[in-house]
Amino acid sequence: MEFSDIIEVLFLRNYNTRLVVICTMLLGSACGLMGGFLLLRKRSLMGDTLSHATLPGVCIAFMVGVLLGGTGKSLPFLLLGATVTGVLGCAAVLFIRNQSRIKDDAAMGIVLSVFFGAGVALLTMVTKMPDGAAAGLESFIYGKTASMVLSDFWLLTVVTICVLVLSIFLFKEFRLLCFDETYALAQGWPVKFLDVLLFGLVTAVTVAGLQAVGLILIIAFLITPAAAARFWTDRLDQMLLLSAVIGGISGWIGASVSALIPNMPAGALIVLVAAGCFVFSMFVGVERGVLVRVVRQLNLKRSVGRQHLLRALYEILEADGLGDGGIQIRAVPFRQVRGRRTWSDRQLKRYLRLAYNEGLVETLNRFDEIVLTEAGVEAAAQVTRNHRLWELYLIEYADIAASRVDRDADAVEHVLGEKMVALLESKLQTLRPAESLAVPVSPHPIQPGD
Amino acid sequence: MEWYAIDTWIVIVGILAAVSCALLGNFLVLRKMSMMGDAISHAVLPGLAIAFLVTGARASLTMFIGAAVVGVLTAVFTQWVSRFGKVDEGASMGIVFTTLFALGLLLIVQAADHVDLDASCVLYGAIELTPLDVVWRPSIFGAILDVPRAAVVLSIVCAVNLLFVVFFFKELRITSFDSELATTMGINANWMHYLLMTLVAITTVAAFEAVGSIIVIAMLIVPAATAHLLTDRLGVMILLSVILAALAAVLGHITALFVPGWLGFDPAVVDATSTSGMMAVMAGVLFAITLFCAPRYGILIKKFGRIDRAEAK
Repeated sequence: MEFSDIIEVLFLRNYNTRLVVICTMLLGSACGLMGGFLLLRKRSLMGDTLSHATLPGVCIAFMVGVLLGGTGKSLPFLLLGATVTGVLGCAAVLFIRNQSRIKDDAAMGIVLSVFFGAGVALLTMVTKMPDGAAAGLESFIYGKTASMVLSDFWLLTVVTICVLVLSIFLFKEFRLLCFDETYALAQGWPVKFLDVLLFGLVTAVTVAGLQAVGLILIIAFLITPAAAARFWTDRLDQMLLLSAVIGGISGWIGASVSALIPNMPAGALIVLVAAGCFVFSMFVGVERGVLVRVVRQLNLKRSVGRQHLLRALYEILEADGLGDGGIQIRAVPFRQVRGRRTWSDRQLKRYLRLAYNEGLVETLNRFDEIVLTEAGVEAAAQVTRNHRLWELYLIEYADIAASRVDRDADAVEHVLGEKMVALLESKLQTLRPAESLAVPVSPHPIQPGD
Repeated sequence: MEWYAIDTWIVIVGILAAVSCALLGNFLVLRKMSMMGDAISHAVLPGLAIAFLVTGARASLTMFIGAAVVGVLTAVFTQWVSRFGKVDEGASMGIVFTTLFALGLLLIVQAADHVDLDASCVLYGAIELTPLDVVWRPSIFGAILDVPRAAVVLSIVCAVNLLFVVFFFKELRITSFDSELATTMGINANWMHYLLMTLVAITTVAAFEAVGSIIVIAMLIVPAATAHLLTDRLGVMILLSVILAALAAVLGHITALFVPGWLGFDPAVVDATSTSGMMAVMAGVLFAITLFCAPRYGILIKKFGRIDRAEAK
């Protein structure tokens, strides 16, 4: 394999592979787009159900075709049959889900197995029909990627354009359907119609893709790119775009590699490329990826530890009595700080080191005694103030007893934003005008271990 | 259409497969993991391929082990992806099984020159052929029985599943309905999950190797969902699902014998349709009837029952 061959295939200059590569790219983008909606509706496996539900339709169409006097192997007619039972399958899933206590997943499983069972039964009958040449009917429909023809290209292009146009025009409606179905219903949107329309589009993509690339690839195309895109963004429009791009790129790379290396089925390669994209996104995705979440969690833990440390120091000094400018600075023994909370020596030392690096505390004798710096006093007062504001708010508005408010405040105060603090200030100011808001007095007696 | 000894064996094998699946299916439906059977039956392909490449033969024991291991891995990977990646469980199942299937396909194609193994032979075991593979010929009261291999294997699977459900009934119930409560009571919900998934994988592999994947997928879901419409009690639900599964298997074979005749096929054509397909369809028919006519959760009673009650007032 020459380098020029690789370039030729990747950039679509090779006539033999151009069609396959373009078709899989088109299909990947269309499926990626639809898959995004399915993922958010928690119906990713719908593609699985749908693609199995097309089998009885294909067989019935073939039987009817033979009865009408043809060979039965007319592609548009078979696709029509596939679409009809596909839509019926979707309708059955929606009906079972809406009309009974059966959940989405079981409804999809029931439709999948029963329709596919009927398909298998019909297929066996069809192949035994006395005057039908049904041999290869199944592979005729559940095709292989490498054997695409020009008509596949046109079919896929039309379907992709339809999907794209409808998704753009009905973006707002579909978004509402995905995120808050009940609200959409209350607003008077035709939720059921939209649901059916969405499923109709998925059916169109599935049926068009099935005979071009095969069952497993369609299922993967409808799930994997969307799930991968979800790690990168929380915005629906960006996610759908990304999902379509990932689908398209998987198709492009998978089909190209398959064309370059012998004995590599394109469908399987595309699935594996998409899965690779998924694993990569799962770890490094910037919005919900595993690494990002680990870092976020560490940061939160750190900032919570820092706040606990500062408040503990403030409260120890506050107990000495307040001077005119607030608390009086003195060196606090390590053991006294340690006694304020249930934290280990190691944890406390880690937080102290962090605070030292930030210039909030000075230490004597390797953490034996701790002194707040000027910046530290300010930060400690701020942290304590937020804590107490929140406590007051909980007591006044959430009817939480003063004796246990500290715990409850602890659970939330670390995520208070500036806006929230301002809101609390204004609420409490109207409520207790006499109270000083510099650092309010603690609403409960402060004991070690609080 | 006449009834032969072969038909009796087909029905028995069908019932055993259906009951084995239905027993476990109840918990899959309650845990919202109904599609697991479908996922596993696709995903075992690399297991079969590797077992074949390693041993170089289509020995059924190594293939079985390979498939069962990959089946369990499917459940494990699904759990990982949905837990660590915070991906919807259905989506993670789909990603895992399509990826494994693709991997299996690649492996098979690499060895395709000398392998008599393709994707469709994984998906379609044939229940019609099971009576031909006889392993045991006990003589009871002078009559010789030809016990097929599938009947022996599935009897074992069925017995294991039954023992599992009976002995771990309490644990299964609590972990299925409220896994946090289970944890506080000292039951390891994770272990129960993996134990259940292991059995599902073994059952799936054993059953589809014997009778075809479609029976497995259908019987894991449909009888349990049907029973779910009939009762609120787990014990009753399991019992009902077993009865429904057996009924679907019997009806499936009977209809497989008669329906092609009605459709104008020459009755002399043997096996004019697929028994496993018809068993799935019959399970679906039973479900549809229940969906409409169930005494409390049926659609008819919901639609018209309320009017009656309103009038009675």
